[in-house]
Amino acid sequence: MIEGYIARITGPVVEAKGMTGSRMYDVVKVGDLGLIGEIIRLEKDVAVIQVYEETAGLTVGEPVLSTENPLMVELGPGLLKSIFDGIQRPLPELFKEAGPMVSRGLTAFALPRNTKWHFKPLKKAGDKVVSGDIIGEVQETRSIAHRVMVPENTEGVISQIEEGEFTVEEPVAVLEDGTPLKMYQVWPVRRPRPYKIKLDPQEPLTTGQRVFDTFFPIPKGGSAIIPGGFGTGKTVTEQTLAKWADADVIIYVGCGERGNEMTEVLTEFPKLKDEKTGNPLMERTILIANTSNMPVAAREASIYTGVTLAEYYRDMGYDVAMMADSTSRWGEAMREVSGRLEEMPGEEGYPAYLATRLANFYERAGRVVCLGSEDRVGSVSLIGAVSPPGGDFSEPMTQNSLRITGAFWALDTSLAHRRHFPAISWTKSYSLYLKTIQDVYRDRVAEDFPRLRGEAMSVLQREAELQEIVQLVGPDALPENERLVLEVAQMLREDYLQQFAFSDFDAFCPLKKQYMMLKAIMTFYEKGQEALRRGSSLSQLFSLPYKVEISRMKEIPSDEAEVKIGDMIERMITDIEKIEVYQ
Amino acid sequence: MARKKFSLIEKEYRTISYVTGPLLFVENVHGVSFNEMVEVIFDNGGRRSGQVLECTENYAVIQVFEGTEGVDVKRTRIRFKEEVAKIDVSGEMLGRIFSGRGAPIDGGPPIIPEQRLDVTGAPINPFARAQPQDFIQTGISAIDGLNTLVRGQKLPIFSGAGLPANELVAQIIRQAKVRGGEEFAIVFAAMGITHREAAFFRREFQMTGALERVVFFLNLADDPTVERLLTPRCALTVAEYLAFEKDMHVLVILTDMTNYCEALREISTAREEVPGRRGYPGYMYTDLATIYERAGRIKEKEGSITQLVILTMPDDDITHPIPDLTGYITEGQIVLSRHLHRRGVYPPIDVLPSLSRLMNLGIGEEKTREDHRNVADQLYASYAEGRDLRRLVSIIGEEALTETDRKYLKFAEEFEDRFIGQGDEDRSIEDTLELSWELLSVFPKEELKRIKREYIEKFYKGKK
Repeated sequence: MIEGYIARITGPVVEAKGMTGSRMYDVVKVGDLGLIGEIIRLEKDVAVIQVYEETAGLTVGEPVLSTENPLMVELGPGLLKSIFDGIQRPLPELFKEAGPMVSRGLTAFALPRNTKWHFKPLKKAGDKVVSGDIIGEVQETRSIAHRVMVPENTEGVISQIEEGEFTVEEPVAVLEDGTPLKMYQVWPVRRPRPYKIKLDPQEPLTTGQRVFDTFFPIPKGGSAIIPGGFGTGKTVTEQTLAKWADADVIIYVGCGERGNEMTEVLTEFPKLKDEKTGNPLMERTILIANTSNMPVAAREASIYTGVTLAEYYRDMGYDVAMMADSTSRWGEAMREVSGRLEEMPGEEGYPAYLATRLANFYERAGRVVCLGSEDRVGSVSLIGAVSPPGGDFSEPMTQNSLRITGAFWALDTSLAHRRHFPAISWTKSYSLYLKTIQDVYRDRVAEDFPRLRGEAMSVLQREAELQEIVQLVGPDALPENERLVLEVAQMLREDYLQQFAFSDFDAFCPLKKQYMMLKAIMTFYEKGQEALRRGSSLSQLFSLPYKVEISRMKEIPSDEAEVKIGDMIERMITDIEKIEVYQ
Repeated sequence: MARKKFSLIEKEYRTISYVTGPLLFVENVHGVSFNEMVEVIFDNGGRRSGQVLECTENYAVIQVFEGTEGVDVKRTRIRFKEEVAKIDVSGEMLGRIFSGRGAPIDGGPPIIPEQRLDVTGAPINPFARAQPQDFIQTGISAIDGLNTLVRGQKLPIFSGAGLPANELVAQIIRQAKVRGGEEFAIVFAAMGITHREAAFFRREFQMTGALERVVFFLNLADDPTVERLLTPRCALTVAEYLAFEKDMHVLVILTDMTNYCEALREISTAREEVPGRRGYPGYMYTDLATIYERAGRIKEKEGSITQLVILTMPDDDITHPIPDLTGYITEGQIVLSRHLHRRGVYPPIDVLPSLSRLMNLGIGEEKTREDHRNVADQLYASYAEGRDLRRLVSIIGEEALTETDRKYLKFAEEFEDRFIGQGDEDRSIEDTLELSWELLSVFPKEELKRIKREYIEKFYKGKK
């Protein structure tokens, strides 16, 4: 047992003397209250500690005890439907014990110790197992079966295994060498969980959001960032993705954000039905809430806690998506701690190792072949919101994240001001996965989907150029074919890219409907241009009812979309071709 | 190691070694606590208070709230009070005036404390929060119609020097009501505002008879700067007590946060910390969050805390760190526009950058009206369009516009004059929505893309 005493306190950073023998990143209990902290620097017998709880009132000379273990999370049944703080303390438990305020020095087990789970073995006595093998299943929630895996560095022959009701601490199986296997394991959060091989991600992560799926898609196992100034809809976008992304398990990390927003997620998710299973969304969700007024060091840890839980479900063979809102607060927590350590600052006061930390985090995304003898495939997709100061994307967090993530979904303040939501800028955003995913779309959705997407992008691009001319000479000075570009670009913006997260029919738009809607708009464009070339006029084109019909496409229920829009496209083609031309 | 927990004699030191700006360094101290309060005692018996910012085995860094003028290294004594900053609270505080540190300054009797609370407070467990949902009718169309305020929200007003933010807040306080709800208790925290401004609010409260529902904390422009760091915390501690112990609905007014942030920067600079943007400390976000996040509702508690925060954007710059970091924490913002103010529009609320994140929780059927969301979206979209066209017109002239474009231009004009520029009128939400439809009905029905057809059929006032 290593016991030292407090020698210096400055904000969340505490120095303790007499800590000889401690290791970097070991967890310590600080002061009479036993506040949880982590060693982040060692100088002879002095340990520098970042404390995960408020340090006001801590006195020089109070004891510091080392647990001689790094920061660990508990992994096992009971994680889903939970809400934890940044260091995996269950918030409902804390509420029960200590009332509405998070007071200091509280502890609680992450996994309930008295809940009995029904364990169904998938192996039998005499089977040889290696780490990563699934020995049995627990129906954790209605949506997700929890696969109990052999922990790392454990293998052998099962001597005893049985079905029944167990708590997480009771062994469900015993190996021949006497090693008991329990339903839970612990894992240090800063260490990525191992896998066999990392695969190239190809399977699209569909979100039901047109601007993402059609224009800037990401795969399962991919990573993306959503930067945007305040009020541009980062949180709404993250929440929409959490609701609709077709992942099996969702980890939502509220990192240094608003308390009321977490409440919103907490009230809403249990009510929302999951498209795939029909069960409440909460049944496949884990929330981690470390709001902006909660201690800053725990905010730093919350991202790692989140991604470790994500990797754990990945290892069972699930597709997991983790949303982090917002990674900037995480970066700021690093900056604050670094400042207290009096480290030489890098850009804008951020520590010089910011880029390394970000890379380490985003590289924990990926589609992998999991450990174990049966070659399961699972994935972790990471979607991080970034809150650049003043909405300026040249700041270090945005730039460093950009270099390592595969998709950039830039939120635009001017779009948000005119209530164009999701306020994703189509000129600034990009996805490096586009080509891979379009190959999949070509097979599964329609051969010409990628082509239509390309043409739509060029119409939007053309609009941006034409707008500059319009600013000078007005729209009337443009030739009719260019005015059609402007009209169609407006349709794309208003009737396609805009999607109302709270609408009944439009909150989720399946790929097939996305394709039909895009086809309708682009057919109008192509046929319209043809008609103009034949000599008809723009006003003739707009005397047809299709502008209004296109604008009402969103409200068509998804299951009728294919027939109804297909029908409209046919009528449109005939009608436009019928336009009479007066020579 | 010397440990001190409950010593009988308070320890005094005469070991000040270094004084800079508002900071004192005291040497050879033992058993000092972080954030502990201290008393600085002068030879002539004068006393000031301070707080420990950093402590080690040998020395402590102390920030002195009333400044370090007159401190000498030889005779001035430091007494450690062995407790963090606390304030006595009681239901009797309503109607009273306190200094920025919570001492009564209205000449009345001292407060008989019902509890003595740590001003830093503790973070609300996110799980314990209840979702804000009660619509507050402020009687101001630009707020009620487009950026609805709900009980438990924190909403700042981004003002500029010389813009009528105070008048607007006074009007909100005067008119704010919850449907079928009780009156608000008001906790008013002034940080570095002038006597004139403080007097303005006092007069306002007096006129509306609200004075006995108000707790004042006054740190005026000529009061010690560093004291401002305690003022909002004292105010919010009292607010929390009233809301969560006494079941009151509390409206907290914080003005002006810009002065608060300046004080924060002053301390940070004196400590020679690595500066962040524009010299403000890197932890300003966290620090502001510990103030703003003390708003909301708690499960199984009757009361609530709603925050209205005034801040002045230096040089009207919304990307300045103060409004920027605030906007990232608060649930929206109301932005005032110099342009509208010059045109004589009152209240000069620029609705495009304004936002209420909790709006959807407080509106809709049974709360306001079913078409509220759609109408708000449509007003936004149409007004944004009109504003864009205005820029165009200044280059190419109005003649070059189409018929529809001219309607947008006209709409933007009317919207600013009638919808935003309502003056001192107290409008019910129904009046606001009716006016919205009246304005929107200059457009043909097909132009109203943001509104569901059924609502158009029901409320449209133009030619059928």
